[in-house]
Amino acid sequence: MKKIYLETPLSTKDIKDLTVGDIVFLSGKIFTARDETHKKMLELKKKGKKIPFNPKELVLFHCGPVTRKEKNKWVIVSAGPTTSIRMESFESEFLSLFGVKMIIGKGGMGKETLKTLKKTGAVYAHFTGGAGALAAKSIKKVEDVYFLEELGIPEALWILKVENFGPLIVTMDAKGNSFYEKKKT
Amino acid sequence: MAKISKRNIEEMLMEAIEKAETELPKDVVKALRKAKEVEKGLARIQLEAILENIKIASKQNIPMCQDTGIMTFYIEAGIEFKYLVDLKKIIKNAVKRATVEIPLRPNTANPFTGENSGDNTGMHIPYINWNIVNGSECTIHILPKGGGSENMSALWMLNPGEGLVELKKLIVEQITNAGGKPCPPTIAGIGIGGGADICMQLAKKALLRRVGERHKEKQVAKTERELIKLINKTGVGPMGMGGKTTVLDVHIEYAHRHPASFPVGMVLQCWAHRRKTIKIDNNGSIKLT
Repeated sequence: MKKIYLETPLSTKDIKDLTVGDIVFLSGKIFTARDETHKKMLELKKKGKKIPFNPKELVLFHCGPVTRKEKNKWVIVSAGPTTSIRMESFESEFLSLFGVKMIIGKGGMGKETLKTLKKTGAVYAHFTGGAGALAAKSIKKVEDVYFLEELGIPEALWILKVENFGPLIVTMDAKGNSFYEKKKT
Repeated sequence: MAKISKRNIEEMLMEAIEKAETELPKDVVKALRKAKEVEKGLARIQLEAILENIKIASKQNIPMCQDTGIMTFYIEAGIEFKYLVDLKKIIKNAVKRATVEIPLRPNTANPFTGENSGDNTGMHIPYINWNIVNGSECTIHILPKGGGSENMSALWMLNPGEGLVELKKLIVEQITNAGGKPCPPTIAGIGIGGGADICMQLAKKALLRRVGERHKEKQVAKTERELIKLINKTGVGPMGMGGKTTVLDVHIEYAHRHPASFPVGMVLQCWAHRRKTIKIDNNGSIKLT
């Protein structure tokens, strides 16, 4: 099993080199988005409104964290992945419109996402479900938060600075391989 | 002994919720450690991450999972317990305070508007399952239940003639199809008989048993053991990464059934099987287990 250390923004080469089964530790910037946040961002984009950051340079994390405010600053208390398949109906469009190169979640995604990962050159990586405290340990800072008032803490879009975030297992790569498809055959 | 008061009970409940969210019961940790020893490759990496996560959560006193669950309480309430009428309000207050002080994730959204109440309370939540018993002692079981595993629950209304055979097939099928989604290794709670609502309730309540604790009746215990074997043969494994451990345990509870029905309910619980119990009596003795 190959251990790979990567940093955002991820390059096309970084992604091309990843294969199902690789273990990745990620440093840099990631953003959280769950069901409502996907909907919200797609809506904004379609209306031609500005997205307040550049999703292309960040990694998408399917997560609704536990947070705390300390001295006017947000702190992430616990932040494991949520079930990714719920986002299946949004993800292809999301990947195409925002050019995100890596998705982190749990449980894997479906055929449509797999196709789009290949088309846009992106991968899906699994983080251990429920390991919220372990994830929070590698989250060093909350850089920003959007849609907090409107969507509430779990659905808000949190921009996080992470260091050696993982272990992430690549389970869907940019070459069309999926750990989840393989298992069924 | 401490003087018992509403304030007192609220404090204890707060502490119990915090303990439930930050520390896994010993029986669960033991089962996870055992599972790690038999797994290899990606499955072992998942269990190592889980065990490391448990360590961090308990050391730093933070929720082990960001999904801190829907607050669910099972109460065996002694009819002579002094604070019986106040208990619902005390629990609601404790949940609201726990949300801010631990903190917990606000997990209660209105199904129609999507609006999050922000404090983990709302229509019928925290959910309280009451069982009135004799005496003056009150036992409160806390079971914060996550959404990922709950979404993989199932209800089957089977033909009585095939019930016992069919249920094994369906349970194995459901858990196989669920794959990594309920965060395996899971604990499966199975309710049989009664009716649609009764078997679902029994299924969730079955989760209150300790991992490794078999049903008192031989034939029920036998079915539990069979199911554990069958499910662990599916190869789903920790987090769906393949392996020998898909469930840590299977607990069955049953009720007598109508001659025409054979209801079977299943509620899955993720590896983060958070639970805590408080016992209070009128003399002021409060025990946390």
